Amino acid sequence: MKKVLVAAIFLVWAAGLCTIPLFLSFGDPAATDMDTYFIRTGQAAAAANNIVTSIVFDFRGFDTLGESVVLFTAVTGVALMFRARKEGEEHEDE
Amino acid sequence: MRMSKIVRTGACILYPLIIIFGLYVVVHGHLTPGGGFQGGAVIATAAALVLVAFSHEEIAGMVRKAFLSAQESLGLLLFIGAGILGLLAGAPFFANILANSGLLFGLPVPPGPNPGDLNTAGVIPVMNIAVGVEVWGGLAIILVYLFSATGGERT
Repeated sequence: MKKVLVAAIFLVWAAGLCTIPLFLSFGDPAATDMDTYFIRTGQAAAAANNIVTSIVFDFRGFDTLGESVVLFTAVTGVALMFRARKEGEEHEDE
Repeated sequence: MRMSKIVRTGACILYPLIIIFGLYVVVHGHLTPGGGFQGGAVIATAAALVLVAFSHEEIAGMVRKAFLSAQESLGLLLFIGAGILGLLAGAPFFANILANSGLLFGLPVPPGPNPGDLNTAGVIPVMNIAVGVEVWGGLAIILVYLFSATGGERT
């Protein structure tokens, strides 16, 4: 009974996912102001040929700071986990 | 245990080339596809190659965990410092004050398609190098920790 319910919910979800694109025209939403701004002024404002890099590191540098902090936190977690485990087993030189 | 002499010799030949290619991807981040994250990941694969090819005891003498950890922290500090550079000049946080200034990485870029100059883009190359150093140290130290937790045994 539970499996049938789960299968029914999954079927409804999949059918909805397949029919939603039929009601939308391709390319919506068509707001391209931001793209045009970056393409026109990005090269001169950031003085970089690679507009993708200039968006990632200049226009949205704060996002990249968040990504770096995420990586730093992950590494800190791994280091803490394995350092605690090593003390319980045996002492060896770093 | 360690791999055969052929694998070890191949790893010794390959890992400087991998590091050079990764440094190229990092430094040319503002001209070609790639950047700090991608180049740092490429360099970390050199660490993975050395870890796979050599034994646990040899790795412990070769790689210093404290050095890699300090390198990762240094990269993040350099990145935040490049952002604070904008505040010091009276501009917003992460403002690109070095672009078009004539100082370090400060040459202007002609509009339209051009071959590109390494000495452009302001703080973007500085941030690329900072993130590259951070990702290099971070991914390498994750690999070293995971490898040392297994005691160097392979299943």
